[in-house]
Amino acid sequence: MPKIKYIEHNGKEHEAEVPEGWSVMEGAVKNLIPGIDADCGGACACATCHVYVDPAWAGKVGEKSDMEETMLDFAQELEPTSRLSCQIKVSKELDGLVVRMPKSQH
Amino acid sequence: MSERIVIIGAGQAGAQAVASLRSDGFTGDLVMIGDEAYAPYQRPPLSKTYLMGTLDRERLFLKPDAFYAEAKCELMLNASVERIDRDKKVVTLKDGITVPYDKLLIATGSRVREIRCPGADLPGVFYLRSIADVDKLRPAFETAKNVAIVGGGYIGLEVGAVARKRGLNVTVYEALDRVMQRAVSKPISDFYDKTHRDAGVNILLNTGVEAFEGQGKLQSIRAGGKSYPADVAVVGIGILPNDLLAKDAGLTVGDGIHVDPHCQTSDPNIWAAGDCTRHHGRDGNHIRLECVQNAIDQAKFASLAMMGQPRPYKEVPWFWSDQYDLKLQIAGLAWPGDQLVVRGDPAARKFAVFHLRNGAVAAVEAVNAAPEYIVGRKLIADGTHVAPERLADMAVPMKNITQ
Repeated sequence: MPKIKYIEHNGKEHEAEVPEGWSVMEGAVKNLIPGIDADCGGACACATCHVYVDPAWAGKVGEKSDMEETMLDFAQELEPTSRLSCQIKVSKELDGLVVRMPKSQH
Repeated sequence: MSERIVIIGAGQAGAQAVASLRSDGFTGDLVMIGDEAYAPYQRPPLSKTYLMGTLDRERLFLKPDAFYAEAKCELMLNASVERIDRDKKVVTLKDGITVPYDKLLIATGSRVREIRCPGADLPGVFYLRSIADVDKLRPAFETAKNVAIVGGGYIGLEVGAVARKRGLNVTVYEALDRVMQRAVSKPISDFYDKTHRDAGVNILLNTGVEAFEGQGKLQSIRAGGKSYPADVAVVGIGILPNDLLAKDAGLTVGDGIHVDPHCQTSDPNIWAAGDCTRHHGRDGNHIRLECVQNAIDQAKFASLAMMGQPRPYKEVPWFWSDQYDLKLQIAGLAWPGDQLVVRGDPAARKFAVFHLRNGAVAAVEAVNAAPEYIVGRKLIADGTHVAPERLADMAVPMKNITQ
C-alpha cells in the first residue's frame, strides 16, 4: 500500500499506508492524523482539507479541476503547491508522497 | 466519581460531539448510543457514489474505530433508546439496560417521511436514509427497468441521476409545480428540470402519486389518474425530526426539539444537535435545518456549552448536491420576497443565483461556480450590501465584487 507522510503545522510527522483509490484526505482522517477537517467528507464542497504538496511531488499529484482551483483561490495562506487533499487520488506512483498541513482549515 | 456525558444518536452530530468534547477538554466518561449496526457514517454519498457502487462501505465511516477507542468513547450500537428519565438522569434502552448521565446530548437525527397511499408497503417501494436502505435498493436496480422517483427533491433527483447513469428508465413524480421547490429558487429548479430532461428523465410536475399497484410486488404507479409501469419506486418526500424521545421526556418540542443559541434544550442538563433540533436561525426565524453543516456546527457549539464555555451558534448554513457533473452549492437561507440576481448563464452550466434582502446578500445558490459560493458565504456572514447590477456583471470577478 502506498505510504504517505503528513506533516502537521507544528512539524509533527505522521506516516500512513493509504489504499490505492482513496484520497489523501481520507488517508489522514482514517488514520487519526490531525490538521485536516474535511467537513463535507470529500465532496469538494467545503475547502477544509487544504494541504501543501511537497514541491518534489507537485508534478505527480495530477491536475486541479476548475472547481478545486477556484475553491483554493479563497483558502487561507495559499502557496503554489496548495491542494485540496480530497481531490488527490492515491496511487502506486504516489508512494512516498509528502504533504504539509496549514495552520488552520478555517 | 467522574462526570458522564451520554450522546443519543451515532450520526454526523454525535461523531462531531465526541471529537469536540475531547478537544474542548472533557475528561469524564463518554458513551454514544446508536440504533444502527454501524458507527457514525456519512449519509450524503448514500444517494450518490455509494448507490452507484463507486464508493465502498468502508469509506463511508466518519472516523476509524480507533478514534472511539482513543477518545475513550463507549460505542453502544444496535441499541434503541426507550426513554429518558430526567429526574433520575438515566437513559433506558429497549432491552432494559440503563445508562446514567450527568449531561445528555440528543443527536437522534431524522427519519424519512413515509408516503400514505394504497400499496405503499408493496415490495419494490424503497426509501433512502441509511446504509441498510441502499444495500436493499442497489440489487433491485440490477434487475429494474422502470424506476419511479416519488418526490423531486435532492434525494429523488440524485437517485434519478444515478439510475439514468445505469441506463434505467426514470420517471420523477412531483406533487408541486417545480422540482426541489422546498430547497431552491425557481431559476435553479428550472435549470435542474431541464438538465434531467436532457439526460432522458421523464418529469411529471403537479402529479401526486395516488397508489402503488401490483400483484405481490410493485408493477405500476397510479398518478394524476393514469397508470405508469414501475418495478422500483424510490420515495423521497422529506424527513421528520426524531424528537419523540425528547417529547416523551417532557422537553419543549414542536416539529423538532427546541434549543437555545447554545443548543441547550428546556432541561439545563440536556442539549441537542443536528436534524432533530429547531432553533432560532441567524435571521431570527425559528427553523429546522436538515444538513451536515448544522449537525457539525451544532455539535461543536453544544460541546462548548456542555464544557461551560457557551458561545451562540449563528453560522451561515451551507448545503450541496451532486447530480451528473453538476455541483450545486448553497449558502444561507432564501426567503420569499428576496430579490433574485442571476450571475452567469445557465446554458453554460456555470452560474449562480444571489438572494438580496434589504440590499444585503442573504443567500447564494451556485452551480459549478465555486467563487460565487465561497465569496457569497462571506458576504452573507458579514451582511454585506452589493448592488444587483454589480453582482450580475460577469466582468467583475467575485474577488473584487465589493470593491
